[in-house]
Amino acid sequence: MLSSLRSMWLTFLHLFQKNITIEYPEEKSVLPPRYRGRIVLTRDPDKEERCVGCYLCAVACPVDCISLQATEDEHGRRYPEFFRINFSRCIFCGYCEEACPTYAIQLIPDVEMSEYDRQNMVYEKEDLTIDGQGKYHGYNFYREAGLAIKGKEKGSGHNEEPPVDIKSLIP
Amino acid sequence: MATITVDGRNFDVGSDKNLLETLLWLGFDLPYFCWHPSLGSVGSCRQCAVKKIQGENGDRSQLVMACMEPTIDGMEVSIQDKQASEFRANVIEWLMLNHPHDCPVCDEGGECHLQDMTVMTGHAYRRSRFKKRTHLNQDLGPCINHEMNRCIQCYRCVRFYNDYAGGDDLQVFSAHDNVYFGRHQDGTLESEFSGNLVEVCPTGVFTDKTLKSHYTRKWDLTSAPSVCHHCSLGCNILAGERYGSLRRILNRYNPEVNGYFICDRGRFGYDFVNAEDRILVPRERDRSEVILESSPIIASLKTALASGEVKGVGSPRASLESNFALRELVGSDNFYNGMSGGESELVQLALDFLSNGPVKSTSLTEIEHCDAVIVIGEDLTNTAPMMDLALNQSVRVQPLEQLGQVGIPEWNDAAAREYLQNQKGPLYLLMPQPSKLSRIATKSFRRGIPELIRLLSEITGLLDPSNGPTKVQQPASGSPNAAREADETVKEIAAALATAKRPLVIAGTSMGSLPLMQAAINIAIALHRKNENTRVSFVFPECNTAGAAMMEEKSLPAGQLSGTAPHTLIVLENDLYRRGTPNQIDEFINRFKQVLVLDHSETPTTARADLVLASGTFAEADGSLVNHEGRVQRFIQVQAADELVLESWRWILKLGKLVDNQKLTAYSEFDHLVDAIEQGCVQFAGIARTSLPADYRVHGQRLTRAPHRYSGRTSMFANHSVSEPRPPQDQDSPFSFTMEGHPGIPPESATSHYWSPGWNSVQSITKFRSEISRGRQQSDPGVRLIEPSGKAYLEYLKLAQTHDHQWQLVPLHHIFGSEEMSIKSPAIAARSPEPKITLNSAQAEEHGIKAGSTLAIIIDDQETALPVQLDADWPTDHIGITAGLPGLPYMEGNSIVQLKPPGNEN
Repeated sequence: MLSSLRSMWLTFLHLFQKNITIEYPEEKSVLPPRYRGRIVLTRDPDKEERCVGCYLCAVACPVDCISLQATEDEHGRRYPEFFRINFSRCIFCGYCEEACPTYAIQLIPDVEMSEYDRQNMVYEKEDLTIDGQGKYHGYNFYREAGLAIKGKEKGSGHNEEPPVDIKSLIP
Repeated sequence: MATITVDGRNFDVGSDKNLLETLLWLGFDLPYFCWHPSLGSVGSCRQCAVKKIQGENGDRSQLVMACMEPTIDGMEVSIQDKQASEFRANVIEWLMLNHPHDCPVCDEGGECHLQDMTVMTGHAYRRSRFKKRTHLNQDLGPCINHEMNRCIQCYRCVRFYNDYAGGDDLQVFSAHDNVYFGRHQDGTLESEFSGNLVEVCPTGVFTDKTLKSHYTRKWDLTSAPSVCHHCSLGCNILAGERYGSLRRILNRYNPEVNGYFICDRGRFGYDFVNAEDRILVPRERDRSEVILESSPIIASLKTALASGEVKGVGSPRASLESNFALRELVGSDNFYNGMSGGESELVQLALDFLSNGPVKSTSLTEIEHCDAVIVIGEDLTNTAPMMDLALNQSVRVQPLEQLGQVGIPEWNDAAAREYLQNQKGPLYLLMPQPSKLSRIATKSFRRGIPELIRLLSEITGLLDPSNGPTKVQQPASGSPNAAREADETVKEIAAALATAKRPLVIAGTSMGSLPLMQAAINIAIALHRKNENTRVSFVFPECNTAGAAMMEEKSLPAGQLSGTAPHTLIVLENDLYRRGTPNQIDEFINRFKQVLVLDHSETPTTARADLVLASGTFAEADGSLVNHEGRVQRFIQVQAADELVLESWRWILKLGKLVDNQKLTAYSEFDHLVDAIEQGCVQFAGIARTSLPADYRVHGQRLTRAPHRYSGRTSMFANHSVSEPRPPQDQDSPFSFTMEGHPGIPPESATSHYWSPGWNSVQSITKFRSEISRGRQQSDPGVRLIEPSGKAYLEYLKLAQTHDHQWQLVPLHHIFGSEEMSIKSPAIAARSPEPKITLNSAQAEEHGIKAGSTLAIIIDDQETALPVQLDADWPTDHIGITAGLPGLPYMEGNSIVQLKPPGNEN
C-alpha cells in the first residue's frame, strides 16, 4: 500500500520536470561530430578526390556492402572508376573509415536516410562525394606516397630526397 | 635422414636441403627474401637469421643465415631466440627505411611478401627521421610496370632473369645503397619470361601492367585452377576473375609440368576472353539472335543427322570433352580432327611413336634433368617457350656434377655459379632459322632441311653403326670447308649424345617436314638402343593437338569429300582458314547447304556460318586438354558465364537433345562425358583420375573459388537491383563460385589461390606443399595417357622424300602473335613482330633483292608482299616467312612458294 502511494507520488513529481524527448522531426537533436552516420567520400586540400581505390574499406566491411573499381589517370593517379555503397546493408560500424589510409571515406552525423524504395539506398560515387575535407583537414596522401602523379614528380613529396642519379660515381 | 632440434623439439628431416627450406617445410614461419625454391640461396638479404646452438650450455652459439646452412644431423637451432628475432626485426627495419608509403596504390598490396615479412617480424613504425631515397622508373613495355622506389635489393629479379631464364637486358646498376634494377634504357623487357618477375619480386617493383588496367586485389579475385591454352605444353595456371571479366593469370605450381614459372604468352595472353570480338549470343547469319528450339536450321539438322549427312570438324584448340561430344553427335565416320592433312600426319606419327615405340616422352621438369639435348627443326623459344626455360636448366646438369667434388651443395646458388662460371652441357640446335637458344647452345647448326636430314641420318649411323640406315650420299653442292665442318659437327653431336646419361631428342611439327621428324625418330631409336634413359619430346602446335589427334585420325577433308553433297557442316571452335588456303576452305564450305559453328571469338569461319553458337572460353568452360607429352589435365571454369554462353560440349548436348540423339540425351553433366570417354575410348583410359568429381566435398562442403575475404558481395550488382541474386551454381565441378565452402587448404590439384595465415603472397606456396620442389600433398599433376609399349619401331624408319619445290618454306613462328587467341590481347599484340621474309644474303643478291625492300611472293595460290630481311647464315633455297599473325597467308611445310617477278609492283 505504502509502496503504491510512493510510486504515484514520484510519478506525480515528474509532471514538473523538464522533457527529455524532443519533437523530432520539427526539432532536431545535435549529434556529436564523430557520430557514425551516413558515409561520404571527401576531397583533399587541393580539391582532388582523396579515394585512391585501394579496396581496404571494401575488405574491411563486415557486410560487404562497398564495391569499387580502381583506375588511374594518364599521370598515374589512382581513383575509383565507380564506388558503390549499398546502404540498405550498411551497419554503420565505421570499419571502412578506420581502414581508409587516405581519410577519404568518413562517417558523418547524418542519420536521416529513410527511403520508400530500397533501390534508392544504393549510393554511387556521385552521391557519396562531398566538396570538402570532412573531419580530417590538411592530409593529402599523394604528398606522402612515393608515387609520381601530375604536379608531383619523383622525389618532391614530403620527406623525400631527389631521385638518385644512378650514373653518379660519388660514394 | 637427419634429426634436428628446433626450439627444443626434434624433427626427422632430409639432409639434402638448406636449413631455411627444411624449416619452412616443417611449417615454421621464418622470414626470408632472397631465397626461392627454384633459384636457390645466395644469403644476400640477411633476413632468415636463426640461432645455431653449439657448445656446452650453448656458449658457442651463433647467429647463422638459415638459407646458407646445410641441414646436418644433430644440429640444434632456435628461431624464437631473442637475439635472432631482434636481428630479423632490425633487418626489416633497415629494408623499410626507404620503402615508400605506397601500399594503398601499390598493385602488390595484399599479396606482398614484404608486407607479410614486416608483419611477421613485428616492425610497425618508422623511427628514422631522415628523408627517403627515391628512384626514377623506367617504361618496361606493355607487360611489366616498374616502380623502383619500392625495391629492397634482394637481387631475386636479376638472378631469375639472367641466371635462371638466360635474359641479358635486366641488370643492376649503380653502387652502395643506390643500386638500381632495370634496363640500360627504357624499353620492353626482351625475355619471354619477364612476366615471372611479378611473382619473383617480393614487393611491388615489378607488377603486372595488364592487371593494372583493370586492377583488382588478390582477395577479390574469383580463381580456379586452369591450364594454359596458348601452346602444347599445358602449363598450370590460376586464372582470376572480377565483375565478369578475366583479370589476370598466375602460375600454378605443378611439379611435373611448369614448376614455379610460366611464359609471357601464357601470363599476358588472357585478354582475348575480354575482347570486343567475343560471341556472346547465338546468332544467325544476319546477326539476329536465334532461339534454337524453333530454328529451321535445327529442324533440317535433325533430318540430315538421321541420314548421316552431317560432317563434324573438331578442333585441336577445343577441349577433349567438346571434341568427344561432337563425335558422338555426328558419328565417328563423319568426324574429323580439325587439323590440316600435313599437320595431322606429323602429329599421328609422333603420337604413334610415343605409344608404340620404345622411347618415353618427357615432362617439362624431366627436361631440366636431361644432360644432353638435340633440338631438331623447332624454334622452341617461339613454339614451346617453357621448353626454352627448361633447356636453360638442362645445360647446367653436366657442369653441376662437379659440385660434389668440391663440396658445394646445389642449392648454394652463388657459390655454384661462381665455381662453374660459364660451363654448359651439350645442347645442339639443328634448324635453318636463328634461335634465341643459340646463346646457351654448344652449337647452333643452321642448315637447309635436306641437309639436316642427311646429317641426322649420319648421326644415327654413328650412334648405331651396325644397324644404322644406309648413309645418304654427300650433296653435290657445298664447299669443302662446309662439308668438313658438317662432318665434325656430326661426330661431335654423336659423341655427346652417346656419352650422356639422359639424352633427349626434341622435335616438332612447326617445320611441317615429315622426313625431318622421321630422322629425329631414328636418332631416338638409335640412342635408345644404347641407353634406356633416352627421352624424346615432340612439340605440337596447339593446346589440345594431341587430344584431338588421339580422338580421331581423319584430318580436315578439304578437297577430298566425295560422294553425295553433304548437308550440314558443324565446326567446333576452329578457324578453318588457318587449316588451308582460302580457296580450298571456301570450296569446302560451299559444298554444304548449311554451316553451324561453335566458337567464342569471331573468326573468318564464323563469318561464313548460318548459325553461330556462343561457346565459353577456357575461363567459362570445364574441360580437359592433352599436352605434348600425352598428359591429360583438367581445367576448371573460372567465372560464371552469361546465360547464352555455354561450354561447347554443353551446346552439343543441347543439340543432341533437340535432335533426339540417344547417346547424348543420356549425358547432362561434365562428369557423364568424362565417364563416357573413359569407357568408350581406350586411348583415354585414366582421364577420370585427372580431377575431382563434381560431387566431391570436404566435410560436406564445396571447395571455394573466391578467397574467404572476398569483398563487395552485397553491392557488386546493387546498381542493377538491390535484391541480391542467387549466386551461380556449378554442377560440373566441386567448386562454389563464392567463398562459401571448405575454409581449409584444399587438395593440391584443386588449389584455387595460394594463401595461408600470415602468408598472403604467392610465396605461401611453401605452406601448400609437403616437400618444397618435390611433389605436393595428394599430388595430381595430371595423368599420362601415353607410355611407350616398345612393340613397334624396332627398325629404323625409311625416310620420306623431301619435296623438290624451288623454295623450301620455313614458317617463322613467334611467341607473341603466332598463336591464334593470345594475339587478341593488347599486351601480346604490342610485342608481336613485324611480318617479314628472310632470305640468304648471297642468294638474294643473285635475285637482285635488297634488304628492307618489299618482296611479292605467291604461296600456293595466295599472293602477299612483305619486307625482306637478309641473313648471311640463312640456308640457300630456303625462304623464311613469318607465320600465324593475323592477315598473313596460310602456309605449311609443303607449300609451293614462288617469287613474283620484280618490277610488277612499286
